[in-house]
Amino acid sequence: MLHCRNSRTLGVNRGLPEDSIVYTYRAPLRDIRFVVHDVLDFEENYRAYGREDLKRELLEGILEEGARFAEDVLAPTNRVGDVHGLVFENGEVRTPPGFKEAYDRYCKDGWITMTADPAWGGQGLPGGFSLAFGEMLVSGNMAWRMYSGLTESAALTIAAHGSDTLKRTYLPKMIAGDWSGTMCLTEAHSGTDLGILKTRAEPQADGSYAITGTKIFISAGEHDLTQNIVHLVLARLPDAPAGTRGISLFVVPKFRPDANGDAGERNGVVCGSIEHKMGIHASPTCVMHFNDSTGWLLGKPNEGLACMFTMMNQARLGVGLQGHGLSELAWQASIAYANDRLQGRAMSGVKEPGKAADPIIVHPDVRRMLLTQKAFVEGGRVLCFLTGREIDSAHLNPDPQARQASNDLIAFLTPIVKGFLTEAAMEVTSLAVQIHGGHGFIRQTGVEQLMRDARITPIYEGTNGVQALDLLGRKVFGTGGKSQQMIAARIVDSIKKFGGLPEIAPLAADLGRRLEQWGRLTAELGLAAKNNPDEVGAAATDYLHVSGYICLAWCWLVAAGVAAKKHAEDPSDDFYTAKLVTARHYFSRILPRVDSHAAAARAGATGLMALTADQFAIA
Amino acid sequence: MRRIMVGVKRVVDYNVRIRVKPDNTGVITEGVKMSINPFDEIALEQALRIKEQGLADEVLAVSIGPADTQQQLRTALAMGADRAILVQTDAAMAPLSIAKIFQKIAEAEQPFLTLLGKQAIDEDNGQTAQMLAALLDRPQATSCSKVDIADGKATVTREVDSGLETLEVDLPAVLSVDLRLNEPRYVKLPDIMKAKKKPLDIKSVADYGVTEGAAFKTVKVDPPPSRQKGIIVKDVAELVGVLKQKGLV
Repeated sequence: MLHCRNSRTLGVNRGLPEDSIVYTYRAPLRDIRFVVHDVLDFEENYRAYGREDLKRELLEGILEEGARFAEDVLAPTNRVGDVHGLVFENGEVRTPPGFKEAYDRYCKDGWITMTADPAWGGQGLPGGFSLAFGEMLVSGNMAWRMYSGLTESAALTIAAHGSDTLKRTYLPKMIAGDWSGTMCLTEAHSGTDLGILKTRAEPQADGSYAITGTKIFISAGEHDLTQNIVHLVLARLPDAPAGTRGISLFVVPKFRPDANGDAGERNGVVCGSIEHKMGIHASPTCVMHFNDSTGWLLGKPNEGLACMFTMMNQARLGVGLQGHGLSELAWQASIAYANDRLQGRAMSGVKEPGKAADPIIVHPDVRRMLLTQKAFVEGGRVLCFLTGREIDSAHLNPDPQARQASNDLIAFLTPIVKGFLTEAAMEVTSLAVQIHGGHGFIRQTGVEQLMRDARITPIYEGTNGVQALDLLGRKVFGTGGKSQQMIAARIVDSIKKFGGLPEIAPLAADLGRRLEQWGRLTAELGLAAKNNPDEVGAAATDYLHVSGYICLAWCWLVAAGVAAKKHAEDPSDDFYTAKLVTARHYFSRILPRVDSHAAAARAGATGLMALTADQFAIA
Repeated sequence: MRRIMVGVKRVVDYNVRIRVKPDNTGVITEGVKMSINPFDEIALEQALRIKEQGLADEVLAVSIGPADTQQQLRTALAMGADRAILVQTDAAMAPLSIAKIFQKIAEAEQPFLTLLGKQAIDEDNGQTAQMLAALLDRPQATSCSKVDIADGKATVTREVDSGLETLEVDLPAVLSVDLRLNEPRYVKLPDIMKAKKKPLDIKSVADYGVTEGAAFKTVKVDPPPSRQKGIIVKDVAELVGVLKQKGLV
């Protein structure tokens, strides 16, 4: 057999029990291409905005080589990272076998520079397109991806808000991956509510600040992958007003830069401990002590939260992408197992007489689970990349009004990508365990890892409850419902574009009815919320679900529309046949969930608020 | 200019499960991942290493195939080739036609070394290198698993049935390479970006005075028969009986 570049694996099976039978990850390049080129036509978008250099051929080359990195270098470290975990000793964290090698290759081969500014050594590729590569990195190894993902976000924040000195000092090192980055927000008593955080920043004579306080839940706060770690820390100046308007952002490196700009003396930043977690075992979640650590102000005083939100919005989309990437992996493991596992016979008659039993994929209920996974995975991909395309338009489009429209759409979609795709990941990874049966519940097959890794995604970067409030309270009611109408109008455009195709007409009609239902629900909830503010919180999560299912239906309508045209050209291509079947599955078996969520959203706050806290008692 | 020429063929990626078209005219390539033939990738890697040792000035990647073959040539350029030539054609080309085109290119480009994969994984012909050497009237060595260049000679090791054979060939020469020669490098993102600016010339088959098409016709392409259910025999006697009955012994 041929083993060319793929034979070079880093840390394959090191530290794993010998009998581990773990699925392999294959980057879903066909579907990624379908979405990037055929459904969303990224190339056309770039050409329209003066980036003629980003031709399909170039994008293709990046996707293929990126896939090779994710499959051959990264994926073999995923299981090892979970089983081996991290070692914490004397304030230092040792990453699992193979992590450093994979990280070094990621930096050495320039992948880490993908979206960064060419002025600082980046490749200047658009962030929207980079989501396609980001998906592969998450599927390859989500825990590993967090180290570099945080670094890329932190560098973008410094690029957006930093002084020239800060940029010169930090950007080249961080963009090359020599130094990594973190975001330090949470404190023990201050999580979702950052307004009450206590970390202090005292101005020093030289213009720097002395930072003192303790932060918790700091991903990649300490590790052995890079020479230095650059913490972006939220803290209060002595004269700061109370609440969220009194928070500033500081750059606090683990080692202070020396005269040459290299990592110099230690800076009073210490990792106190790392958490023992349910999932993402290979990502160190640190308690970080800052003790008179030297920091430099990033952005303006008391505007730290706004600066951090540059990073937060991107991070929220990133978490949605994590959910999506894990779903892809869970689906891949499930199809392999369902085709391989021989058990029982098909009710409609024996399918594989030559074998001891039929593979479980013959059973309608197994197919229900597989198609549900496929519907969430492939629909979710369109949703992520569609948001990515808008991100690119928001950057590249010279027309400020059009840029604003793109930004409005991104603002609306962000809580949906984060909240809905992470909920979908819970379902898809759980279905993977279910499809594997008892073998999914034991660790050997590796699918339970996906369920544990996915479990953090509805929680961090703003819980899904917060996302739901953001969607209904800020994005919908905050715009007087205009944002919802704007996206509904976009969906109507798609219905008009594809509704004439015979295969698509029933789906388009269905989606049209759902849009009316969504509009009515939004208006009703708006009225209810005027009388009682608790109504927003009571309805928000179900409203997020309604919105998510309808947006995913939009994605499926567009994907099915393109597939229907391609299918007409080449009926023998299974890819398009499967697309159309999956679209129908989504519309007939998943989209109806909108009804139950809409009913729950309408049920109101009264019941939820009826009991006193004491009445929530153990009986 | 000390130039190395490398042949690069676009083939269905070796990870892809090959499927035959419903009308039995060929294999399905639509929507299928296509890659550089793995043996050609090894040939290219070797050329790049020779250049990096300071023993060559330029690596030229050449291919013959449909317009989409540019994708594989861009990958070759991203790996480190300096320039590329695509002889564009949608026709199926037999090894002899390919060798004739390569001959014309080699006569114009005057490489001191031509490196080809020992075969392409799509049709497994394994003939082009030998034909090219004959047409150019140059020394050849096939299935090389080690290549050293020094003093106007190539010293190569070949894996043969009886063990390892070491040959010395005078340059210019044509070498075909085997799997164990090297492990091709990973492509770096900045190199992919730079590759889009490297020269890629598009030519036609007619430019080289060669007629398109093959000297043979593909009559029918069938997938291999699916494996039949096995039977368990009681003893050797029954086994021999079954084999005789099937005409296998």
